[in-house]
Amino acid sequence: MEYIEKENKRLKTATLLSIIPGLGQIYNKQLFKGIAFLVIFALFIIEMFNFGVEALIGLFTLGSTPGTDHSLFILIEGSLQLLILLLFILFYAINLSDARKVARLWAEGKKVNTSMKSVLLNMADRGFPYLFTIPAYIAMVFAIVFPVLVTIFIAFTNYDFYHIPPAKLIDWVGFENFSNIFFLSSYRDTFFAVFGWTVIWTLAATTLQIVIGIFTAVVLNQKFIKFKRVFGIIFLLPWAVPAFITIMSFSNMFNDSIGAINTQVIPLLDALIPFVELDSLPWKTDPFFTKIAIIMIQGWLGFPFIYVLVSGILQSIPEEQYEAARIDGAGVMQRFKHITMPAIFTIAAPIFITQYTGNFNNFSMIYLFNEGGPGSIGAGAGSTDILISWIYKLTTGTSPQYSIASAVTLFISLFVIIISLIIFKKTKAFEMED
Amino acid sequence: MSKIVKSQKTSRAFSKIFTYFYLLLLAVIIIYPLLITASSAFKAGNVTAFNLNFDAEWTLSNFSRLFTETLYGEWYWNTLVIALVTMVVQVTVITLAGYTYSRYRFVGRKKSLMFFLIIQMVPTTAALTAFYVMALLMGALDQSWFLMFLYIGGGIPMNTWLMKGYFDTVPIDLDESAKLDGAGHFRIFAQIVLPLVKPMIAVQSLWAFMTPFGEYMLAKFLLRTPENYTVAIGLQTFINNPQNQKVALFAAGAILIAIPITLLFFMLQKHFVAGLTSGGTKG
Repeated sequence: MEYIEKENKRLKTATLLSIIPGLGQIYNKQLFKGIAFLVIFALFIIEMFNFGVEALIGLFTLGSTPGTDHSLFILIEGSLQLLILLLFILFYAINLSDARKVARLWAEGKKVNTSMKSVLLNMADRGFPYLFTIPAYIAMVFAIVFPVLVTIFIAFTNYDFYHIPPAKLIDWVGFENFSNIFFLSSYRDTFFAVFGWTVIWTLAATTLQIVIGIFTAVVLNQKFIKFKRVFGIIFLLPWAVPAFITIMSFSNMFNDSIGAINTQVIPLLDALIPFVELDSLPWKTDPFFTKIAIIMIQGWLGFPFIYVLVSGILQSIPEEQYEAARIDGAGVMQRFKHITMPAIFTIAAPIFITQYTGNFNNFSMIYLFNEGGPGSIGAGAGSTDILISWIYKLTTGTSPQYSIASAVTLFISLFVIIISLIIFKKTKAFEMED
Repeated sequence: MSKIVKSQKTSRAFSKIFTYFYLLLLAVIIIYPLLITASSAFKAGNVTAFNLNFDAEWTLSNFSRLFTETLYGEWYWNTLVIALVTMVVQVTVITLAGYTYSRYRFVGRKKSLMFFLIIQMVPTTAALTAFYVMALLMGALDQSWFLMFLYIGGGIPMNTWLMKGYFDTVPIDLDESAKLDGAGHFRIFAQIVLPLVKPMIAVQSLWAFMTPFGEYMLAKFLLRTPENYTVAIGLQTFINNPQNQKVALFAAGAILIAIPITLLFFMLQKHFVAGLTSGGTKG
């Protein structure tokens, strides 16, 4: 009875004291840890007074005097301060639970590390996993989380070429950018046209590369083929050669007047295949033909990856399975449908999905081939622009629309994440092991 | 009876013909564009389009012009530096993190793995405005270190995930018996497990190294003066101006990139499938 009371009292005191981080630890006779926590706390307080409070207030106002207040700097400083605040809250929670945990150890009469050396040793042992993952987190926070945070903020401002700081201030505008995209006719029409083509492009190009990849792997997997290695090496070339080189080459080849497709390939096809009379085609000047061309080129570029993946899977299917199916009277097509396809899809489905999301944002293919052209469909977009290349144009054009670009970026991110989550959940590919 | 055998034979012969026809056709479709690009590098005179035309005058001067008349040498050097730094830093970081997630059970592990999974879906390259603003603030526009930083950070979530999957294939009994022998954290990691994941490290290194050679959008967006360009945006200046096409120079420059990258690629190619399937399918 007395013991429990004593324990409760210890716990209470330690928790109450650690409202100021460090005091609870000192009360627990962990002087070194306590001082370390106190120092962190003091640093945070000093930081808040010198910089933090102002930065957080700035996040609300985004500056008040044009010319002196630089809204962008204020926005970034505010976002940084928000991250620091989150880190501090995390530290504070750790501090509270640590004080309670050690107080309980004392009350139960268990061994507690009090010397600096033993605290450090314990941290080194148990902190090892954290030590090893911290570099990854730092890099991700600054290269991904922070930019995403800033993108979210900018999507709710009016940052565009009319409002370039420091001459002008930037203001919060709420959901105006989003409502512009969905309801203002000039943006709405462009947005839905670009979005529609982005979806068609993603489905057509990716499916094409998967179909060619699987077909090629199956064909080349037949036993009788001679020079298998030679074919294997040739089929890898489109993947091995950096894509920007081949896309720029194709861009030259598909030139309407001087390109090799119109001057060499089409005449050759006309000569070789009877009853076929093709003329020069307007690859770069007619949106329809540009679309056909980029889908075909992406098939060329993307199939080797699938082919390599599927070849590996095919070789891992035991021969007996086919043998058994043959004895049961299954034909080639049946064996393919019931043995080969399931084997491929159970292993490769998640990788196929990354191919779809990759093409959804395949900037190089669209931009390097014809710069999203030909022509324009309004609001800065060309007739073959996909969302990512439209964002690029909105950001780099002569009259940049940063806030609209950020809103579209958010839309893309949400769209990709939701689709990926649904499919990952369905395929159960990323199930956790514990 | 013989009729069936005969029809089987003809269908087998037909399928053989079809197989070789398909393989040869595909081979031609792959080689043709590469061949006409590569051959243009050796043509003298004013080449404006790639084509299959072998009665041109042959020369090696395009290669020397590349280094004397253009900034190609500097672009190559810039790209090489960016690629090496990106490779070393990124592979170090993801190896440490992948190992930890595979081997240790610690508070917050599952949540942070979820965080990795979701964040790798964010198309980070789309956050152009944020990168622009950050670069503006730090004076990092036109600086290659900022580009390196984005390459390193952007690749971490997905590649940590793949790395963890590969570490999972190394039996944990190895670590445990080493631990019984008194090996510490670092020794188990460096001497026992690390040597067994060399194939995956090789694959990841190659991917990290190739990214700066092939990436176009961020480089084009952030690097503003021609002296600071990488090869991808530098070479594009030879070919995107209709009035001033330097197609032969483009081809020569492309060859000098494609050959080393392709060779590296083929050296490591056999590890790709193992790395992809083991990492991509397990949690």
